[in-house]
Amino acid sequence: MSMRKVLGFALLMVLAAAPAWAQNINAAGATFPYPIYSKWFDEYHKLHPTVQINYQSIGSGGGIRQLLDKTVDFGASDGPMTDEQLQQASVKVLHFPTVLGADVPSYNIPGVTGELKFTPEALAGIFLGKVTKWNDPAISGANPGVKLPAEDIVVVHRSDGSGTTYIWTDYLSKVSDEWRTKVGKNTSVNWPVGLGGKGNEGVAGLVKQTPNSIGYVELIYAVQNNIPYGSVKNATGEFVKPSLAGVSAAAAGAATSMPDDFRVSITNAPGKAAYPISSFTWLLIPAQIQDAAKKVAIKDFLGWMLTAGQQFCEPLAYAKLPKEVVAKEQKAIAMIQ
Amino acid sequence: MATAHTTVDAAGLSWGPRALIRRLRSGDEVARLITLLFALVVVLLTVLLVDQLWINSAEARHRFGLAFFWTRQWDPVFNQFGALPFIYGTLVTSALGLLIAVPLGLGAAIFLAELAPRRLSDNLTFLIDLLAAVPSVIYGLLGIFILVPLMRTEIQPALKRTLGFTPLFQGPAYGIGLLTAGLVLAVMIVPFIISVSREVLLAVPGEQREAALALGATRWEATWKAVVPYARTGIIGSIFLALARALGETMAVTMVIGNNPRISASLFGPGYSIAAVLANEFSEATGNLYLSALIELGLVLFLLTFVINGLARLLIFLTTSRGSLVHT
Repeated sequence: MSMRKVLGFALLMVLAAAPAWAQNINAAGATFPYPIYSKWFDEYHKLHPTVQINYQSIGSGGGIRQLLDKTVDFGASDGPMTDEQLQQASVKVLHFPTVLGADVPSYNIPGVTGELKFTPEALAGIFLGKVTKWNDPAISGANPGVKLPAEDIVVVHRSDGSGTTYIWTDYLSKVSDEWRTKVGKNTSVNWPVGLGGKGNEGVAGLVKQTPNSIGYVELIYAVQNNIPYGSVKNATGEFVKPSLAGVSAAAAGAATSMPDDFRVSITNAPGKAAYPISSFTWLLIPAQIQDAAKKVAIKDFLGWMLTAGQQFCEPLAYAKLPKEVVAKEQKAIAMIQ
Repeated sequence: MATAHTTVDAAGLSWGPRALIRRLRSGDEVARLITLLFALVVVLLTVLLVDQLWINSAEARHRFGLAFFWTRQWDPVFNQFGALPFIYGTLVTSALGLLIAVPLGLGAAIFLAELAPRRLSDNLTFLIDLLAAVPSVIYGLLGIFILVPLMRTEIQPALKRTLGFTPLFQGPAYGIGLLTAGLVLAVMIVPFIISVSREVLLAVPGEQREAALALGATRWEATWKAVVPYARTGIIGSIFLALARALGETMAVTMVIGNNPRISASLFGPGYSIAAVLANEFSEATGNLYLSALIELGLVLFLLTFVINGLARLLIFLTTSRGSLVHT
């Protein structure tokens, strides 16, 4: 290659790279996956210095609103968008599952050191305010040999709107008709009983301090802070201790019946090893992106996240996507135009 | 402004163009315009604030109407929204805070201004001003880790034993709840009351004291009957400043109030305040009606502060006119 050609080629490269040089992509949404998202955007930026993805963890609701208002390039949410919200969007919005999360029942009963087992009926009963004593047969029936006190149960829930609450109430809605019709599922609900704590730390703090209490916290938070938690009976009748493997198993169990838009709840999923109070968290990507450079960058990021990006999940205590879901998502990337 | 002009006029200044130029040159007119502008900015901000709250709460206002004020439901799933539990929680915790903080703060202010040696008074005042600057989340954390366990194991059982026959002190002792929130608020607002009241008491002219002493009053009688009534307006002002902080306090309250939109007669029960529910639910509120109901809650809080400030003005007006009758 002559010197001239080399120079010309170099110039071409610079020109080609120039428009992408200032490729700033803005995103906003869920707080729960923020640690892994910021890790991903950071690592991706190291590989592609021309692409900078700025993520604001303002909450799922805020992420959806900003996406609908078009103040961000894409959003992120712990709960899938509702049909009503999708209709409000001026362009079609695609859901891409990224990682998985789970809720665990955490309790504090003086004198009980072993791990408690919870049936769906017991959890629904406790949070509906119908099971009010720890020695109620609904609880003691699944825990033979554990001496449960005849004390009042103090229920603790999240006071701030959160994806954690969405998962918990989604699960209770599936296992209890009464919960579904009376309370329902949302990031905040009208709790029949209990005290509200702000954030995972608020709930965990209240449970730790209040004798005979029970609350729910995010699995990662419980693991990282050594908070004791119980196991839950899944759809196939097994008691499963919450773990990253159990969460991935729930996603794999749900993968076979996964709808094409990925808006699926995997609480109470089938599978012997599936932990039943699990959920995806999603990126919300517009199906049409006007800016060509942005479109290329976002599609490339999604492809990277589903493959090389997955290695960053487990060190941060997020459950990885099962390969069935990854394969399906890789096909969906082509839908972005 | 008006009084300034009349005195200038009384001094014999003319209002002709030459005079105006002279005054422009001396800077008076420039200063007047600039400060007027600043004052207008504050008014404009308030108007914009109300305007935005009004516009963005339109959906909830149309849907629920005035019933929003007395509806007890707050259900984001079934889109039922009412402000009553939050208004109740806000008023009860603020009133509890004042009930505890006013006697405490006033007593401390009287000691610092009238009875303590000057050096002790100055040093203590410095510490109290520091307290006023502590961020509210610190008060909330102290509340959770120290006050809440103490309430659950000691204070609430004791109250139940002695005053349990009244509906105010019944029910299970969780440690958190309306009473705890009121206590935390009291601790947070007491520095405001002490600090401002002390300044006001110190500003009372010495003759007031001396006259009372000359008539044979004891030191305490002079303080309580001559000095404190003279400073009454300023003291009431400090109390309402404290109340404003209590009404709008968010972080510390949400950490200890129990965050449950329920109206319980017992002060041990969990409650919820307007500022707390806004902080908790705003970021994850998805539905339009839900969001608009939250914004309407903001409007309600604004209205609440407006009404209470109005009452404060009225109270000051009434007491000053009566006070001046006594003192002239």
